[in-house]
Amino acid sequence: MTRDITVTVDGKPETAAAQDRTLLVHWLRDALDKRGPKIGCDTGNCGACTVRWDGTLVKSCMVLAVQADGGTVETAASLSEEDGSLNPLQQSFKDHHALQCGYCTSGMLMTATDFLGSGEEVTEETTRRALKGNICRCTGYHNIVCAVRAAAGERP
Amino acid sequence: MTTEQIARTATRRFTGKPMPRKEDDRLLKAQGEFGDDTPVAHLGYLAFVRSPYAHARITAIDVSAAERVDGYLGCLLPEEVETLTDPYMELQGPPGDAEVDRCLASGGTVRFSGEPVVAVAGDSREAARDAAAAVVVEYEPLPHVVDAREAVREDAPLVHPQIGSNIAFDTLYDWGDIEFALEKADHVVEVDELHFHRFSSTPLECSAITVEYDAGVDTFTFTGGFATPQLATFNLAVALRHPANKLRVLSKDFGGSFGVKLNTHIPATAAALLSRKLGRPVRWTETRSEQHLMGGHGNERWFRNVKMALQADGTVLGLTYDALDDVGAYTRYEPLGGVIWTQVANACYQLKHLKVRYRSVYTNKGPVHPNRGYSRMQHLWLVERMMDIAAHRLGFDPVEFRLHNYVQPDQYPYTTVNGCVYDSGDLPLSLRKALDLIDYPGARRLQKEVAGTGKRIGIGIGSTLDSGTNNFGQARLVNAHLPFGGNTEGGLVKLGADGSVYATTGGVAFGQGHETTVAQVVADMLGVGYDDVHVQRGSDSALSAQTGFSGSYASQFAVTGIGAILNATKRLIREISLVAAATLGCTPEEIELADGTARVAGDPGRALPLAAVAGIVHFSPADLPADVAEEVGLVARSVYRAPFELPDLERKYGNLTLTYATQIHACVVEIDEETGHTKLLRYAMVDDCGTPINPMVIEGQVHGATVHGISAALFEHFAYDGDGQLAAGNFYDYHAATALDLPSFAYGNVVSPSPFTPIGAKGMGEGGGAPLHALSAAIQDALGDHGMVLESFNPPERVLALLRGLDAEKVKVLR
Repeated sequence: MTRDITVTVDGKPETAAAQDRTLLVHWLRDALDKRGPKIGCDTGNCGACTVRWDGTLVKSCMVLAVQADGGTVETAASLSEEDGSLNPLQQSFKDHHALQCGYCTSGMLMTATDFLGSGEEVTEETTRRALKGNICRCTGYHNIVCAVRAAAGERP
Repeated sequence: MTTEQIARTATRRFTGKPMPRKEDDRLLKAQGEFGDDTPVAHLGYLAFVRSPYAHARITAIDVSAAERVDGYLGCLLPEEVETLTDPYMELQGPPGDAEVDRCLASGGTVRFSGEPVVAVAGDSREAARDAAAAVVVEYEPLPHVVDAREAVREDAPLVHPQIGSNIAFDTLYDWGDIEFALEKADHVVEVDELHFHRFSSTPLECSAITVEYDAGVDTFTFTGGFATPQLATFNLAVALRHPANKLRVLSKDFGGSFGVKLNTHIPATAAALLSRKLGRPVRWTETRSEQHLMGGHGNERWFRNVKMALQADGTVLGLTYDALDDVGAYTRYEPLGGVIWTQVANACYQLKHLKVRYRSVYTNKGPVHPNRGYSRMQHLWLVERMMDIAAHRLGFDPVEFRLHNYVQPDQYPYTTVNGCVYDSGDLPLSLRKALDLIDYPGARRLQKEVAGTGKRIGIGIGSTLDSGTNNFGQARLVNAHLPFGGNTEGGLVKLGADGSVYATTGGVAFGQGHETTVAQVVADMLGVGYDDVHVQRGSDSALSAQTGFSGSYASQFAVTGIGAILNATKRLIREISLVAAATLGCTPEEIELADGTARVAGDPGRALPLAAVAGIVHFSPADLPADVAEEVGLVARSVYRAPFELPDLERKYGNLTLTYATQIHACVVEIDEETGHTKLLRYAMVDDCGTPINPMVIEGQVHGATVHGISAALFEHFAYDGDGQLAAGNFYDYHAATALDLPSFAYGNVVSPSPFTPIGAKGMGEGGGAPLHALSAAIQDALGDHGMVLESFNPPERVLALLRGLDAEKVKVLR
C-alpha cells in the first residue's frame, strides 16, 4: 500500500508518497532527493545512512518511512552554519583530513555530532566506541578520531 | 618559473605543503554527487537475476510472471546479449582466449554463484526488484570446483570446457640459477604450501551506473564509477559494436574503487542494451551483496614447493615456488596478475635467483579484479613470510637479517633479477624509524614480562614496495600479440575568457585528492593563488584530457597525472608569455608569472594581469601579431610519457614500473592464549614515496592502506563453502574493520626523491599490503616456531590452532 507521509526534514516539512515497505533511507533519497544519507550495505552495518530521527541517532535503512510520518529527521545537510560555512565539527574533519572519498562522511558526521552532544567524556576509547557503527574504507579512522576529539576541544 | 624550479626551490607556496583539500567542503555539506545521487527524469532501474549455483546449465527462463509486475519495463535475456554483443577486449592469449565472457551468463551456463542471468528493468527500484524476483530460471547443476589445487587436477570439473583445462595461463619465470644456489647454499628452507587468501577493499559505495541512450545522435552516456574511462570506452565500443566517439563516460564523486572498479564496463553493457531497447535512461545500483558476489575479489594465491637458499652469514641467495593464482570463473583483467607481480620480483631484498612457475587457474568462484596492492602484495607477502620463517628456523635476528638483505641505499638505482630498476629508497633507515616508533626494545621487554600469563606478545615487521607507473609493455609477457608499450597520462590547463584558471586531468579520483594536488602545482607554476585554480571534479571522456591509459590505478597519479598537468601548464605558460611579450614589448623569455600577472622579469612595473592576457586573446586578437594570435588559444593539453622500453619477451626481462615507494611497518600484538584473539597494541608505518606534493594526503593514503591490510589479515575473508557459495555476502559475515578494532597509528616518513620522475614524487596509494606481512610476522613471533604462519588470514580460530602447533611440519630446514 502507498500513502503520503509528512516528515520535517532538515527543518522543512516534506510530504511525499511512501509504500509500507519503503525504508526511510530510500524515501529520503528517492522521494526527496536528499544526498546526505548514503547506502553502503543492506544490513545496517555500515552507517552511511545515519540520521537523527526525533532526536535519536538511527540508521535510516533500519526504519520504515511510514514510521517517521509526522516526525522530524535531520540529515548531514542540516549541519552547516546558517551562512553555509562549515560548522566546527565539519571544519575539524577538513583540518584533520578525516575524509577521502567522502561517501561515509555524512553518516560519520551525524554519529559524531550525536556523540559530542551526548555529554559523554570524549577520549580515544569512547570516540572509537561511538564510531564503531560507521564503516569507512578510506581513512583508517585515525584522522576521524582525531577530528572528533579536536572538535571537543581535546588535543589528540 | 620552470618545472624544475617548482620541484626544487624552497620558496614554492603550495607544492609540498599540507594544503586543505578542495574536495572537502562539498562532501562535508552533503553536496557531493555520487553515482546514485543524480535525479534523472524518466529513469528506469535495473535489477539482475543471479545464479544461485556455482556451476549449472540453464534449462529454461520464464519471465511471464515478471511481465505482470506493476512497473515492469522490460528485460534482457542471455540470448539477446549473445546476439547483440561481441566479446570484450581482454588480455589473455591461448588457451584462456577460448573463454566467453558476457554481461549475462553465456553459452547457457552459469559459472559462479551470483553470476547475472537476466537483467530486468522497472520504473522504480522496487518494481525492478519485484520483477526480478518473479523471473523463474531453471537450472541443472553441474559439477563444480572451488579450490585451485583441485582445479588443476586431470579429473577436475571444467569451468570452461572449450579450453580443455582450468588453466588460463601457464608460464615459467627463471632468473639467475636457483638450482645451483639450492645445491651450493649453506642452508635451504622448504615450505610445502602457503596461501594468500581472497578478500577485497570493498569500497563503501557499491557500483552505480546510469546509462542514457540518445537516439537522435546515437550516443550512449555512461555516468558512474569508471576507474579507467578510456579502456572502459574501448571495451564498451567493442562489446556494443558502437563507435567509441559515440560513447561518453563520466564520473562525478566516486566512493572508492581501490582497483576493483576497473571492470565496471561489464554490468554497464547490460544497462546500455536495456537503455537502448527501452528508450529511456537506465540505472543499476549495486547492492552490498552483489558487490561481494561479483564486484571483484583480490587474487587468491597458493604458493607450493617453496624453497629458499641462504648462506651461513644470513645472506639470502634466492627462492623458487609454484604459484596457483585462483582467478575465479572469468579472467577479465587476468592473467595480467601473472606478470604484474614481477614488478617486485626482488621484494625489498638483494635476491640473485628467482624461479617461479605461475599458473592462473579458473574456479567456480567470483572473478578477481585488481585490488589495492594488486598481485604484487601476494608475492611480497610470500617473500617477507619466507624471510621471517627462515630467520625463525635458522636463528637469525629478524631485524638484523632484514637489514643485511635489504637493497642498500648506495645501491640505487638497483636492477632486480628481471631487469626492473628500483629508483631510490632507504630501507634500513625506514626500518629503524619504524622500530623506534613502536619502542622495539621496550616491546621485547614487555614480551618477556608477559610470558606465562596467558597472553603472548608478538612483534612483527612488514617490509614492502608499492611499485607505480606501469610499463604496459609488460602485458606482452602474458600475450605477445598485445599492442601495448609504455604509459601515458593526459592533462589540460586553460585560462578562461575572464582569466580564471581551469585544470582537468585524465586521472579519476576516488578519494585521493587529485583536485587538491593538481591545484597546488598549477598555482605554483602560474603564480596564482591556490583558490584561484578550479579543477574539474571526476572525469569526462569528452573533455579530451584523457589518453588510452588514463585513470587511477597502479599507484601513479603523482607521476603520470601530475606530470601531464606540469607539461600542460608549461605549454600554457608559453602561450601566456607570447601574449604578454607582444603586449609589453619584450621577449617571451623575459616574462615571469607571479602574483596573478605576467610581468617582465626585473621590471615588475611592466605587468599584465592574467585576466588581461585572456581578454586580449578571447576578445581583441587584433591587438596581437598574427603569428601569436594564430598560435595561442590558452587551452593547453599535454601528455606525460613515462620513459619505458619494451621488455625482452624471451628473457622476460626489462623495467616494468618507474617508481618504487617503500613502506616499512612494525607492530606489537597481544595474543590471548585462551581465545586466540589478536589485539594490536602498537602499530607504526614508515613511508617513503619521494618528494611529497601534499604530505597530509600521503599520510591519509598510508592510513587507509594500513587498515585495508590489517582488516584483511585479521577479519576479512571471501570464503566459499564446498557448494561454491560465498560465505561472506554482507558486512556481518565480511567484517570490515571499525574504529573500535584499531589503535591509533604512529606514522613516520623518509624522503628519497625519485630520479626518474618530473618532480621526484612516486605513486603510493596502494601501499603494498605491509600489514599482512607485519601481522603474520607478529603472530609468528608470539608463537616462537611452535606453529608456523603459512596463511595470510589469521582469525582467532586459526591462531588457536597455531598455538597448538598448526603447520609446523610443513616447514623443513633441509640443511
